[in-house]
Amino acid sequence: MAREERAVKLHIDNVRKEYDGRNGKMIALNGVNLDIMENEFICVVGPSGCGKSTLLNIIAGLLEPTSGAAYLDGQRIQGTSVERGVVFQQYALFPWRTVLKNVTFGLEMKKVPPEQAKEIAMKYIKSVGLEDFANSYPKELSGGMKQRVAIARAYAVNPKVLLLDEPFGALDAQTRTQLQTELLNTWEQERKTCFFITHDVDEAIILAQRVIIMSARPGRIKRIVDIDIPYPRTQETKSHARFLELKAEIWNEVYQEFLDAKK
Amino acid sequence: MNEKTKTKKIEINSKVWLLISLGAALIVWYLLSIGPATSRSFPFLDKVIPAINTMIDRGVMGKDIASSLTSIAMGFGLGFITALPVAFLMAWYQPVQKILEPWINFIRNIPALAYVPLIVIAAGVGRRPQVILIWICTFMTMSITIYQGIRNIDNTLIKAARVLGANDFDIFVRIIVPATIPFIITAVRLGLGAGLTTLLAAESTGAQQGLGMRIRSLQSTFDTAPMLMYIILIGIIGMILNGIVNFIERRLTGWQEKRGQ
Repeated sequence: MAREERAVKLHIDNVRKEYDGRNGKMIALNGVNLDIMENEFICVVGPSGCGKSTLLNIIAGLLEPTSGAAYLDGQRIQGTSVERGVVFQQYALFPWRTVLKNVTFGLEMKKVPPEQAKEIAMKYIKSVGLEDFANSYPKELSGGMKQRVAIARAYAVNPKVLLLDEPFGALDAQTRTQLQTELLNTWEQERKTCFFITHDVDEAIILAQRVIIMSARPGRIKRIVDIDIPYPRTQETKSHARFLELKAEIWNEVYQEFLDAKK
Repeated sequence: MNEKTKTKKIEINSKVWLLISLGAALIVWYLLSIGPATSRSFPFLDKVIPAINTMIDRGVMGKDIASSLTSIAMGFGLGFITALPVAFLMAWYQPVQKILEPWINFIRNIPALAYVPLIVIAAGVGRRPQVILIWICTFMTMSITIYQGIRNIDNTLIKAARVLGANDFDIFVRIIVPATIPFIITAVRLGLGAGLTTLLAAESTGAQQGLGMRIRSLQSTFDTAPMLMYIILIGIIGMILNGIVNFIERRLTGWQEKRGQ
């Protein structure tokens, strides 16, 4: 992979994040440096408390780093922006809005004319196969369908990068597999830069070009593993020899971190 | 499709249950009406229904209902329009909450009847003290309920709106307000209940008419049939108000996820 030829999309420069906890200062992230390339799919794995969500929130602009900074296309990230779309684990659909109205929300904020907004939204709703549910309310949808709507909603505003915070963590294994495949297909077509957090090692390998392993207390990047399995990948890829090799390697590393974090 | 048949089934059931419940109540009432100790307090239907005619003939029933409803409407209306901004201010600015909430909770737990004399001394007799009393009680209940509702809004929804480009104003109008509506409706329901339960206290301020005032005046003549009829009337008004709130709730918050049955 000729990563050198591609432009750096996201640049994370020596980010540190402290929280004021009950027992004094808690360091969530320390000395985190990372370059994410244009069109790259990055997965971050690590034990709970390694600060992976904190890192995502800093990139999203929902949190400010204590020191250091994150840059998108060379511009320092300050506050939220439609340039950085987020998919949350808890779906975060607006329950009083229909599927269509959820997906048009960001377009309304962008002052896109209603007719055009509807057209764009329907395109993305179709792409996740929910055109028959455009006028349904979130309460009428299953977890997998809700997350599809959330993904369509994030895509609809055409962000430069997509940040996904354990998006499939609350779903059952079958639905999760299905959504992984859908996301993979979409990415293979559109190549939108993705920053994807998960604690599922299989999920990380099947999706990512590079897997970032984080360690806990303080959260920092422990290792970056290149996933040298060519796309297109399918669920069958999970039984390939190279996949299993990488899985054993990453899994051991993450498990070691998990044990260390418990000490 | 499945959902529809399900609802229908429950509908039939609940109507049958309502009849059974009504029958059970009538039996208890009848037993009370023949019990040696309770018969004077609880005359049965055959005495209570004619009491309606007596009260209508005396020309007081309509006026009593109108007077009570006017007091409740005015007190509740004032309570609502003051509770709403106070609740939002408490949720928005911590100092407001820190200063106000303890006192609202403090006063909320004092029976209204206890401070009736103070209100009468300050506001005189007539409509005014009634409205003030109902205003105080409904305000306390509703401001706390709405405030807690705003505090409980899922923070992820606000984050989701922000990353989709919403500014503070958008977040207030498009997220906070719709997310608060279910709590406002709950507050209205509790507020109307508080208004009704405060009625007797409110009308002990030297009112000339009203359901609560009439019950008190009938007390002095031990005229239990019309008294019981008036008590039931207050209950019926409460049920009607609740029905109206339920109707509004279904229209406004049909999107809500139902929590259990």
